[in-house]
Amino acid sequence: MQNNSNLCFAVPAGFRKETPKVKLQRKNGVRALTVGAVAISGALLLTACGSDNNTASSNASSSSSSSAGSIKCDGNGQLLASGSTAQQNAMALWVKNYQAACSGTSINYKGVGSGAGIQEFLQGSTAFAGSDSPLKPEEVTASKKICSGGGQAIDLPMVGGPIAVEYNLPGVDSLVLDAPTLAQIFNGKITKWNDAAIKKLNPSATLPSTTIQAFHRSDESGTTDNFTKYLIAAAGKDFPYTGGKAWQAKGGQSAQGSAAVTAQIKQTQGAIGYAELSFATASSVPTVKIDTGASSPVDASTDSATKAIAAAKVVGTGNDLSLKIDYNTKVDGAYPITLVTYEIACDKGNKSATLAATKSFLTYAASDAGQGVLAAQGYAPLPAEVVTKVRSTISSLS
Amino acid sequence: MDITANTPAPPPPATRTTGGGTVTRPGDRIFSGLSRGSGILLLVIMGAIAAFLTIRAVNAISKDQGNFFTTFEWNATANPPVFGIAVLAYGTIVSSIIAMIIAVPIAVGIALFISHYAPRRLASPFAYVIDLLAAVPSIVYGLWGALFLVPHLQGLNLWLDHYLGWTVIFDQSNPGTAARSLFTVGILLAIMILPIITNVSREVFRQVPRANEEAALALGATRWEVIRLSVLPFARSGIISASMLGLGRALGETMAVATVLSASPVLSARILDPVGGTFAQNIAAKFNEANDFGRDALIASGLVLFVITLLVNGAARLIIARRKEYSGANA
Repeated sequence: MQNNSNLCFAVPAGFRKETPKVKLQRKNGVRALTVGAVAISGALLLTACGSDNNTASSNASSSSSSSAGSIKCDGNGQLLASGSTAQQNAMALWVKNYQAACSGTSINYKGVGSGAGIQEFLQGSTAFAGSDSPLKPEEVTASKKICSGGGQAIDLPMVGGPIAVEYNLPGVDSLVLDAPTLAQIFNGKITKWNDAAIKKLNPSATLPSTTIQAFHRSDESGTTDNFTKYLIAAAGKDFPYTGGKAWQAKGGQSAQGSAAVTAQIKQTQGAIGYAELSFATASSVPTVKIDTGASSPVDASTDSATKAIAAAKVVGTGNDLSLKIDYNTKVDGAYPITLVTYEIACDKGNKSATLAATKSFLTYAASDAGQGVLAAQGYAPLPAEVVTKVRSTISSLS
Repeated sequence: MDITANTPAPPPPATRTTGGGTVTRPGDRIFSGLSRGSGILLLVIMGAIAAFLTIRAVNAISKDQGNFFTTFEWNATANPPVFGIAVLAYGTIVSSIIAMIIAVPIAVGIALFISHYAPRRLASPFAYVIDLLAAVPSIVYGLWGALFLVPHLQGLNLWLDHYLGWTVIFDQSNPGTAARSLFTVGILLAIMILPIITNVSREVFRQVPRANEEAALALGATRWEVIRLSVLPFARSGIISASMLGLGRALGETMAVATVLSASPVLSARILDPVGGTFAQNIAAKFNEANDFGRDALIASGLVLFVITLLVNGAARLIIARRKEYSGANA
């Protein structure tokens, strides 16, 4: 299993830069010590990268025994896939469970980002791609070259997840915000925590006069894309931007990756920012309840995200099942800032060498057993009505 | 171990005059072929990098809807693509300048301490510690910077804002914001380039002819005067090339900057504000989610960094060449 986080990538770059220094040394003793130091720091780093994986895999092993029985193995060989990092932990878990049951297949999912994943799929180097956003029309057109026999690429929703709004405000255990207020905070219009708009939503809280420090992602990401889609749809004129993977609003601070955003919020008083719920849970950072207009403010949780996906509409045509979340939903307990990630494959004309294994693996991922392991990882399982459609589409792949 | 520090520099190798007919042995031929091959290989690699960068960059820049040199934001994956290097170039240069201002005097001080002041027993372990600093991977510096340096610099930032805020440079738009600024990046880069500058300077100081120093001592100079009158003038061009090596590293540093800096497309003279970006940081941040065109655009920014680094190295060569007569270190 590969964990392609940026941290691990950086190791060779770090070493490469040290090489000139060795040249400057004359004495072997010095060189030996330097080599030792490089080895030690390298080992430290490897442990750091490794431990990242361990949490996921230890959870995986506990649940694999229960789900292994229901997996129908088919096909064998190597299955390559790549894409979204948002679904990477879910993939890791599924791959582990699947390979435990089906020893003939080895699956390699690389979390390279949605954009790169779609590129690799369209170049024909992977069996399927993972993406945070559905295919664009031009990408569907491009896919006709890869999908032989008149097929084209389709979106299969597979994993949902709530994007939590994290905050750091000592003494405030529960914070309620609504879309316009959030938009004004992230747009730099509301700058103090005791602003009248926030007070109105939290009449009982004692809000300090601290300056609000809003954090966003410095890298391009599907999380930003989905979060800004929510603000644009639900806050209207308070968030006058077009949206996209790059953050557009003025002001605020940024950090690279959800983990770094969460770390900054945890150590900065008066901070607020957004990240997938699993990051907030892992760092025990409190999250904002959203006032959607439902009977009570909605907390970010896997259950409330599933409810929001249930309220979503299928907008894909034909076999495509791309969903449109209703960001203005007033359904009780539905958390609107929810992202759906997709698997992308051809509806017809998948490569014959990998078709059987792809179908078998995706069938497991969409099965009750596959969806059942998600909640423990901070992901939202698909609601029953969506997952039924996904299963029937997967069985029709050819 | 460092006894050599105080022994006279070895005399220049005597130029051997091979009288009459020259005898070329196979070893000679093989070795000259190998070294010539290495030289050619280097040129080929540099040419290949430059060609790759140029071809991909031209493709991207020709479709840029903004001005590549003056646009602030970097939105190459949007439709239409709008991106520019103004903020990146500014951030790269400013953070590197801050790093040099901090690192060069300290590094020269450390090198002088090791070569001229420290007791022999202390000097070599001390040199090891400096080497250890160079062996730390940059991502570890980044993590240390983001999780330790940033919260601990907040006090210094408030102090600077309060007493030096009138200079605008040290003014904070929102006093008390996290210290994830170009200034902090500069401090971190300074620590990262210390070992390179120290090591090279130390080697240069060691090569100061013993006779020069002894002559100064014989004229009644104090140790400070010896350093000022004989060591520093002799080593000046060496210090400059050491600094340029360090500057090269600071300009291209990626992970540490990406981890610490709060990047945003704002160009501000206030170096304590959490805004800005650098070339390498921007590439690291945008590469993962970029499409083919976005990657070409990032490569175009890499080309600019390549050119800036070439210019810096060229300037250093020029300075060294002009001061050659004072120095034996780089002859």
